[in-house]
Amino acid sequence: MFNMPKLPLADWIDSLVDWLSHFEGFFYAVTSFLGGIIDAFQWVFDIIPIPLFILIVMGATWYITRKNRRWGLLVFELIGLLYIWNQGYWRDMTQTLTLVLSASLLAVVVGIPLGIWAATNKTVAKIVKPLMDFMQTMPAFVYLIPAVAFFGIGMVPGVVASVIFSMPPTVRMTQLGIEQVPTELIEAADSFGSTGWQKLYKVQLPLAKPTIMAGINQSMMLALSMVVIASMIGAMGLGTQVYFAVGRNEAGSGFAAGLAIVILAIILDRVTQALNQDKH
Amino acid sequence: MSTKIEVKNLTKIFGKHVRQAQTLLEAGKSKDEILAETEATVGVDRANFTVEDGEIFVIMGLSGSGKSTTIRMLNRLIKPTSGSVLIDGQDIAKMSKAELQKIRREKFSMVFQSFALLPNRTIQENTEFGLEIQGVEKEERAKKAREMLEVVGLKGYEDQYPDQLSGGMQQRVGLARGLANDPEILLMDEAFSALDPLRRKDMQDELLDLQANLQKTIVFISHDLNEALRIGDRIMIMKDGEVVQIGTPEEILSHPADDYVERFIEDVDRSRVYTVGNVMIPATTVNIEKAGPRLAARRMRENGISSIYAIDSQKHLYGIIDANDVRKAIKEDQKDIRSLVQDVVPTTHIDTPLSDLMDDISSTPVPYAVVDDDNHLLGIIVRGAVLGALSGNEVNVNV
Repeated sequence: MFNMPKLPLADWIDSLVDWLSHFEGFFYAVTSFLGGIIDAFQWVFDIIPIPLFILIVMGATWYITRKNRRWGLLVFELIGLLYIWNQGYWRDMTQTLTLVLSASLLAVVVGIPLGIWAATNKTVAKIVKPLMDFMQTMPAFVYLIPAVAFFGIGMVPGVVASVIFSMPPTVRMTQLGIEQVPTELIEAADSFGSTGWQKLYKVQLPLAKPTIMAGINQSMMLALSMVVIASMIGAMGLGTQVYFAVGRNEAGSGFAAGLAIVILAIILDRVTQALNQDKH
Repeated sequence: MSTKIEVKNLTKIFGKHVRQAQTLLEAGKSKDEILAETEATVGVDRANFTVEDGEIFVIMGLSGSGKSTTIRMLNRLIKPTSGSVLIDGQDIAKMSKAELQKIRREKFSMVFQSFALLPNRTIQENTEFGLEIQGVEKEERAKKAREMLEVVGLKGYEDQYPDQLSGGMQQRVGLARGLANDPEILLMDEAFSALDPLRRKDMQDELLDLQANLQKTIVFISHDLNEALRIGDRIMIMKDGEVVQIGTPEEILSHPADDYVERFIEDVDRSRVYTVGNVMIPATTVNIEKAGPRLAARRMRENGISSIYAIDSQKHLYGIIDANDVRKAIKEDQKDIRSLVQDVVPTTHIDTPLSDLMDDISSTPVPYAVVDDDNHLLGIIVRGAVLGALSGNEVNVNV
């Protein structure tokens, strides 16, 4: 055992990363595409006056919870967002929101079709399962290194690392939701002569919706948990404030910024959960 | 009647090594041997049957008998391993995907044991489902669905959701959905098995009422022999993937094909299946237009009975004549017996199920007379014949 040479895995990965950086054009295209999405979110958040923003959030919550009013959540949103404004973290909060929403959007756009595919094809399922395990359990810091190599520093590599880390729940829950549709309902759809798409849109997706929504909610929370890590490679936002506070050994401002992240997390979580409680 | 579905050598083998298993099956090996040798399970073993246009054909068997697999091969929810399923002469087992979708849309509907309604859709939207799949215009399918919901007695429930309805009502929705796209063939997979006994009986009655108007070809799966006997025009009994017997309810009850069927029918409530026609015997009669008291007396003596049915030359039933009255008439030297006729005979119709008569048969002194719509006497019901039929003795099958 002692004489066995060390497997040069690290070298191999380095070579792979080096080799991949030859596809500069591709990564540049991806960077501009993601940058476009991020800028669009940020642009919208920046032009909305803060009081109006708070009203929009509360109005949306009011509408989403129309069948099951939740006054507590509305009060929490008001106080929480006023706190963030008051602490001077508003722009940081919108940057974090941009990061989370961009990452979640990508996780949904990639994750749902992948989950559907895995639910309908056993071979795909066998490949996807370990891949998702890997993506979710590999320490998130590790993604930062190639992300910087391919996408530079800033929001884009932050979003990429967040997507990789946060996508598994969406994929898994989509697969689970579709697999859980009762056999008889699938048979009913088939027996009336449905095409594959009709079956998917009229039966499988509507029935899997609550499960898929729970997956999206989880992905969003995971993306939010990435904000401090992403701040190390220049993704601006509340994470940056926490990171700076750690560097300067300022417990107070670290806590204040951390609290803002918690508030944002609770609002995002409760609102996406409320979306899911619409029973019929 | 023409043949709607013709099934030839239909076989389904599940598992691995299907081809090898099939060779063994054709070589006459048993299912257990095949399972041991190839790890393949024979679901349905070379079933042959036909379903006629407009009949209710019940496939009956216990769980694991292959009945659910068989019905699913009729519309190819399960693809047969071998054999053919001819629907109006076209083999569904050989159809392309597009042809299959077309024939499912045009000719088939299916009703499921656990209803298979979409929980996120209203009753109305669920009923429209089949038409929606066919691409029927919104207004037209809404109209059609409303009509069907009215037919099954669910008018007013259109905007409810399935979980707001009882099991019986949900299955009515399943039936309405099945009927809405006006199928030629209705496949019902244990459609009433999940309902409680009272609801089940209601639904059976309702299906029979509907069928009287619709005249669809219905293939109905059941594990309940009483249900099969009640609604089936013909019944196919399956065991371990094989067809054991095909026949009308009376044929199966009176001539079970083997011990298995016999054990099955032991506990059947025969009074539901047998009608008056199955147990009636010829009546001893006297023609009141021609006969006098002496002839009547002799006939009663010959047959060892104390009363005789009075008819005219056209066999219209008038009533009954009692032996004591005849004796009195002979003493008084009366020639005409018309005055002796007592109109006290209870009558019944030839198609009446015995179960409807049970209470009355035991309490009336005079045997029931079986008459047709014009009051012609066809026969009578004596208690002995009824008891014989209920205990499983021979009955008149071909009446």
